[in-house]
Parts: sequence; structure tokens; C-alpha cells
Amino acid sequence: MNLSSVESLAYSLPELILVFATVGILMLDLLITRKRILGELALCACGGAALASALLAGAEQGYLFNQMVALDGFAIFFKLFLSLSAFAAVYMSLGSRELDNEHPGEYYTLLLAAATGTFYMASATNLLMAYLALEFVSLTSYVLTGFIRASRRGSEAALKYLIYGGVASGAMVYGMSLIFGLAGSLDYATIGERLLVPSEANGPILFIAVLLVLAGFGYKISMVPFHMWSPDVYQGAPLPVTAYLSVGSKAAGFAMMIRFFYVALSHAGAGGVWATIEGLEWPNLIVLGSIITMTLGNLAALRQDNVKRLLAYSSIAHAGYILMGFVVLSDAGLRAMLFYIATYYLMNLGAFTVLMMVLNNSDREDMEAFRGLAWRGGALPAAAMAVFMFSLAGVPPFAGFIGKFYLFAAVIDKEMWMLAIVAALNSVVSLYYYARIVRTMYLDQPLKSDPVMTTDWHSGAFAGVLAVGTIVFGVYWRPLIDLADKSLVFFRG
Amino acid sequence: MEHILTYMTFIPLLGAVVVLCLPRENNTLVRWTAFAATMPPLLMAIWLYMNFDRSTDAMQFMERVQWIPSYNIQYIMGIDGLSVTMVLLTALLCPICILASFGIDKGVKGYFALFLLLDTGMTGVFCSLDFFLFYIFWEVMLLPMYFLIGVWGGPRREYAAIKFFLYTLLGSVLMLIAMLALYFHNDPHTFDMLILMEKSGSYSRDFQWWAWLGLFIGFAIKIPAFPFHTWLPDAHVEAPTAISVILAGVLLKMGTYGILRLCYPILPLATQDMAFYALAVLGTWNIVYGALCAMAQTDMKKLVAYSSISHMGYVMLGMATLTPQGINGAVLQMFNHGTVTAMLFLLVGVIYDRAHHREINGFGGLASIMPRYTGIMTIAFFAAMGLPGLSAFISEVLVLLGAWQYDKILTVIAASAVVLTAGYMLWMLQRVWLGPVNEKYTGLPDVTLRELATLVPLAAIVIILGVYPHAVLDLINPSLLALNQTVLSAIPMEAVAQLP
Repeated sequence: MNLSSVESLAYSLPELILVFATVGILMLDLLITRKRILGELALCACGGAALASALLAGAEQGYLFNQMVALDGFAIFFKLFLSLSAFAAVYMSLGSRELDNEHPGEYYTLLLAAATGTFYMASATNLLMAYLALEFVSLTSYVLTGFIRASRRGSEAALKYLIYGGVASGAMVYGMSLIFGLAGSLDYATIGERLLVPSEANGPILFIAVLLVLAGFGYKISMVPFHMWSPDVYQGAPLPVTAYLSVGSKAAGFAMMIRFFYVALSHAGAGGVWATIEGLEWPNLIVLGSIITMTLGNLAALRQDNVKRLLAYSSIAHAGYILMGFVVLSDAGLRAMLFYIATYYLMNLGAFTVLMMVLNNSDREDMEAFRGLAWRGGALPAAAMAVFMFSLAGVPPFAGFIGKFYLFAAVIDKEMWMLAIVAALNSVVSLYYYARIVRTMYLDQPLKSDPVMTTDWHSGAFAGVLAVGTIVFGVYWRPLIDLADKSLVFFRG
Repeated sequence: MEHILTYMTFIPLLGAVVVLCLPRENNTLVRWTAFAATMPPLLMAIWLYMNFDRSTDAMQFMERVQWIPSYNIQYIMGIDGLSVTMVLLTALLCPICILASFGIDKGVKGYFALFLLLDTGMTGVFCSLDFFLFYIFWEVMLLPMYFLIGVWGGPRREYAAIKFFLYTLLGSVLMLIAMLALYFHNDPHTFDMLILMEKSGSYSRDFQWWAWLGLFIGFAIKIPAFPFHTWLPDAHVEAPTAISVILAGVLLKMGTYGILRLCYPILPLATQDMAFYALAVLGTWNIVYGALCAMAQTDMKKLVAYSSISHMGYVMLGMATLTPQGINGAVLQMFNHGTVTAMLFLLVGVIYDRAHHREINGFGGLASIMPRYTGIMTIAFFAAMGLPGLSAFISEVLVLLGAWQYDKILTVIAASAVVLTAGYMLWMLQRVWLGPVNEKYTGLPDVTLRELATLVPLAAIVIILGVYPHAVLDLINPSLLALNQTVLSAIPMEAVAQLP
């Protein structure tokens, strides 16, 4: 189906919920004094969007808004995932002491707006739409990063983010214009058809164009060498925003990248195997990106003392792992990516939630804030953190291992031994710094001056749910892998 | 008793959950609950021993459940002669170690819960016949081990714990790659070890080599074979007594068990090619090197740790020979080393609990202060030296008998190392138990009832197996002969094509 703008609204319920909530919060902000209600409203909106996305699952596949966006299994998977990410960000914001006394009305407005943008990043099938969605998410993220006005680090981070973002999106839009010139269309499916015919166009210019577009994607998923902004931004931004950037906005970046590279620059063959268009071997380029990204992320994380910054580098390394599924050009690889992104949600958000509890309690986010956590009233947060850390390191029986297992399986099925071995060694390196946090919590004794960890049920419950999820999907992950499997449907007209 | 292996594996896990739910204050209750949780596996192990069919090399007590069908991952449990001995050893050592840990008084609940989790992991490794399941259990052991060494260990525990963890994980990830390579090599893809073994003829020599190396490094780290052994002395010295016992008694066996369970039947051609350098030469080197290092130690625990490296060398040498005697001797040695080293570590623990140090030169004349203790200690020491009439003698002789048919030079070197073993053992005996009495320690109490309960069963087994080794040999023989035959009769694919 190919619907006009007005008809499309019937299939845009998740986005509509978010948009109405965005506007509603902005107006309510002027009317009420109990500002917490605004956050709760945002939470309901995210929950509603998740529910509405799940309900779309049975709908007919097709184009919406005159071929600007697609409604297909892939988009619905990410809509569900992204609304849950926004839900987590709002929930964490409600429990964050950093954000007390800031302007909640504007904050939640921006957060929900960013979430709406990520929805369109995941479903755009037109270069123009993709660019607009990406810019929309970026612009809101800049403001969110520097949202705490008193924080100098936050302002610095926001400015850095803005400058890097401006350069990256400039490069991207230039690359897109080149592609438009070569293919004569902005629509992914049409670009794919036109470039499929071997011609002079498929030469160096196309390669340069793809490289430039990659700058934009690489910046969003923090792939080396476009990652430079992320450690500073992750460290400077308010913690819930960091968590959202590392999960929601990154996943949207991956969704957009997959759709562009697989729909416009590859074609599906038999048996779940894809092929690139002739003369453009982009997987080789990204194999290199994947290897460098994971290695650099892990090596840099080894020396971090600030846990937030450590998690930023770890998040770079994980982008490298996820890219392993991207380069194998098979359904198995894509499925592994979706699965990994879902498990990454559990463990990474979990780690950030525990970090926030520690931050709330002691106003510190460095390694010493975790010293002897298990022995000074924080036994449960420490246990949850240990689960998240080992899961991030890819140790069974946690979900992170299963995610890595699928990625390795996809890579080894293609016999890309080099990539597999580098990734395997990287897992070992990463264990060192993840275990360092566990060691600090359990093996070090607290000093007299370390504050007693107070119970925080709001965040504690969330961390608990995520920890249980990490364990359950580490032992019985069939529902999740089946969902990922079903979601590998790209509508292309 | 239809799901006996599942029960044996998961009852300790259930025990761990129960232990976590007990009140914090009541340490005695926690200890005895943990002990009770290891009793059903022990009783089931005895039942297994009685009901194990000794006439076949087939897998017994099989269980098979689909786990993740879309990826053909199954839950397959089953044991043959090779694994049943290891299951018995695990079931035997776990209650003993729990008894030996009753002295722990920091974080008691956590300690026993982690210990029971470790028990589940170990039993699971020996029972699982699906490679994926095997890998999960293999890794599940790492986490409790990390905490048990790291939280309850000696002064340098943090370093030792992370070193152990990193080394083992390095081995594991290489194993993971080899495992996936095997998985995709078969059509339909499978992790089922039995099918992987059946199809072993269809793997090319090159493929076998690479897969073999990947698996071998993982297992060699666990054995630990030179040069991957450096984590062991650290881990042993820092770990609490009971954990050292488990480490030396069960965990080290997993390396050689893995090679026999996976490398031998699935990659027989590579085994033929690699056995000499990777197992025989390295094993002999382990024997000599471990013994020489042991001789230089002044810390009793470190001495016993290095003696483990030396004794595991016999296992490697025995299995490399690919003779019936050698391979039987190797597995018997795995079992015997498990009991003997367990005794040695327990004995060192007994002194350490009293004197709070383990310096060999810091004692003297303990024999007159602690006579009962010295009596049991002598059995363990002489068993470790390979004295006839005690268990380790039989297995070492079998290994050397096999090795003689295989390579005479290595046999001579390995056999001479027995002198080194006697050297460091007797020298320690002389410095600690004989000689002038050190006045500082005249007041040391003799072994308590609880300590005797941990030592006497092991001593009894050491003596019984010294006189009647068939108690174990009968169990293992059919499976090992079949395994040996599989490796010896493997011929390259190209040769198969030329057969008439």
C-alpha cells in the first residue's frame, strides 16, 4: 500500500501519541505547579506509544506519507524498542536528583520530541526524510546535553556535540546530494534499482558519496573515527540523557543505517543472503570500522576512572560489536544485530540506572563511589551491577553472551576469521574493566567516610527488572530471537 | 531415576537459592543447609556407580530436550565411562569441601551460595553432551570462582582472581570460535556432540588442525599446560583451602576431560598429528618443570600447586600415547590426582588454620605434636610420590607402560621425574614433620573430628584404589578403548575416497 499524508495518520498512532504528549506537556507546564505530573504524563505517553507500536504489528505493510516512510516489520520492531528506550529515559529522569529543580516542562518536551524523531529515523525510506529525522534528533539532543545550565561540563559537551554534529551532517547531506545526482531519486528502493544496473556511476564517485553519508551514520552510532564527541558528551550530559543517547539514539542510528545500506545499496538474494551492488564493496570498509571501533573503545575504557566515561567508551566498543552483524550481508547478521541491540538495552540501561543510584547517593560518579558498595547497604544494587557488568563483558549465563554468540555465529558462518578473533580478544580485554567495577564493589572494603547506600525503590525496582531480564534472556531467549527474526521485513514497494 | 543427571546438576543450584533465603544471623544453619544440598548428588553418585553399565561404551542415562529449536540448541545430558568418573569425583569432593569451609565466618551466605553454584557448573560440564550447553556450564563456573578467590582469598586475592578470570576467558573465547566453526561445518548445523563425533570423518585435515588448536588452547589453560600455567600458583595460594581443593581436584581435570571428550573423538586426525608435540612433549615438560618448581618453593601451598602441574603432566603424556594402558592410566590418574591433591590441600589448610602461615621452614617436629594428623598426612604424601599400594602408583605405572610403547626417551624422562617428586615431598616432610620440635607450636591441637571427616574418606579411597584399581578401571575401560580406536582408525577424507 502507498498512502497519502492524511490516510497515513491512521497508521501513525505511536507518533501521534508522542506529538500530542509533547504539546500537552508544554501547555500543562504553564498551568500546574506540581511539575512531577509532567514527567508521569511523559511516562504514560511512552508506554502508550510502545503499546500502539505493538498493535501495529498486524497491520498491512506499506509506504506512508507518499513514500516518505515505510511501515514494515523492521520499523515496528524499532518503534517498539525506541518507545521503550524513551520510557526508560523518562523513568530514570523522574528518579534523578541531578534534574530536580531544572525545568521539567521543557525537558520532557524535548525528550519526547527526540523520541518522535528517532521513530522516523527508523522508518524513513527517503534520503530527505532520513536527513530531517536525523537532524531533528540531533538538535533536541544538543539541548538535552546542556540542559543543566549550572553545569560547565554540560555546556561544553553540548557545544562539542553541536560542532561535531554540524560537520558530520554537513558531510552527510553532501553525500546524499551526490547520490541523488547519480541515481536521480531520493527514494531508497528507486536508488537501489537504478544503481543495480552497472554503469559509470558505480565508480569512485559513488564510493565517495557513500563514505560521506557514512560520516553521518557513524557519528550517530559513534563509530571510529566519528566517535570523538561521545566520551565528552556522555560524561557531560545529565545521566538519563546519556543513557538515552547510548541506547535510543544509537539504536535509531543503526536502524537508519541498516535500512539505507540494505535497501538502497544491496539486494536480497536467496536463503537470507544479501549482495552489494556491483562496484561498491562497502562491507570491507565497515569491517575495518568495526575492528577499530571495538578495539579503540575497549583500550580507552581500560584507563578510565570516571564510570560514566568508562561506560561511554564501552558503548563505543559495543557499537563495534554490533557492526559485526552489519558486515556479513545476511539475515543471520541482521537478526544478531537486532537481538544484540535489545540485550544491550537491558544491560546498558541497567548499568546506567545503578550508576544513577550511586550518583544520587554520593554525588559522585567515579570509581571510588563504588568502593565496597556491597558491604555498606548496597548489596542489591551491587549484585545487579555485577550482573550488568558480566553481561556487558559477554559472560554466560547472561543475555549479553547470547547476543555476542549470535554475532560471532553470523561472522563465523561467513568465515571471517580475522574479525571473529579480534572480537574474541576484545571480549577478554573488556572483561578487565568491567570486572574492575565488580572488584571495587565487592573486593574492596568501604572506608569510614563512604556514605551508607540508602534504598531507592524507584530506581532500584527498575534496575531489578532489567537485571532479571538480563538473566532470563540469558537462559531462555527464544521469544526475543523469534521477534528479531520476524522483524526482518523491509518494505520496498 | 530418569533425570538423574539433571537432578545431580541442579539440586545444588536449588540449594544455593535456599541458602540465600536463610536468615543472615544463623551461620550454622547456612552451613548445614549447604552441606545438605550436596548430599543428594553424592547419594545419586553412589547409585550411579552401582547401576552404571560397565559392558558398553555407549552414553548412558541420556536426556534430550529441545532448548532453542530455531538454532538447533538442545539440552542433552549423558555420561559414559570417561565422564562418570569425573561426576563421581565432583560429587565426592563437594560435600568434603563444604565441611572444610565451616571455618569461613565472613559473608557466610554468599560463600556457600556461590560454592553451590560452582557445584552446578562443574557437574553440568561433565554431564553435558551438547557443545553449547557445555560451554554455558564451563563459563558459569568462572563467576563463582572469581568471587570465591577474590572475596575470601588471601592477601593478593584481587590479582589472583582477575588473572584466573582473564586467562580462562581467553581460552573460552577461542573455544567459542572453534565451537561455532564446528557448528557451521555440519549440515544441518548442530551442537550435538554425538553427531559431531559421528561426522568426524567428513572434516578436512586443515579444518581439524585449526579447530583442534582453538579448543586445545582453551583446555591447556585449564590443565594448566606450560606455558599457560602461570595463573595456577597465584590462584592456589590466594584461594581459601576448600577452593584450592576444588580447583586442583576438579577444575584442572576439565582441561584434560575436554580434550578427551571433544578433541579426540571429533577431531581424530588432528589428534594423531598433534598428540606428540602438544600432549606428549608438553606433558613430559610439565612433569619435570612442575617438579623442579615445586622443589624450590618455601610455601607449602605453592609446593602442592606446582606438584599439581607436575602430576597433570602424566595425564597428558598418558593420553598422548594412544595405547589402551596409556589412556586408561591417564583417566585413572585424573581421578587419583583429584583425591590425592585434595588431601594435600586439606592437610595444608589444617596447619594454616592453626599456625596462620605456611612457611615450610617455619615448622619442625610436628609429628610429635600432632600424631594423628601426621598419620593421615603420610598416606597422602606417599600417594603423591607414587608409592606402590596406593592409588597414584597404579595410574602412573599405566601411563609409563603406555608411554614406553610410544616413545622411549620421553618415558625415561618422565620416569626419572618420580625421583624429583620423592625429593620435594620427602624434603618437605623432613622439614615440617621431623627434626627438632619448634617450641612455638608445641600447643597445636591435633585434627578435629570435622577435619577427620574430610580426610578419612579420601584416604580410604586412596588405599582401596591402590589395591583394587578395577573399581574405577572397569568403569572407564570400554569407553576409553572405543575412544582410542576412533582416533587410531581415523583416516583422511582423501584416503576414504580412494578406498575400493
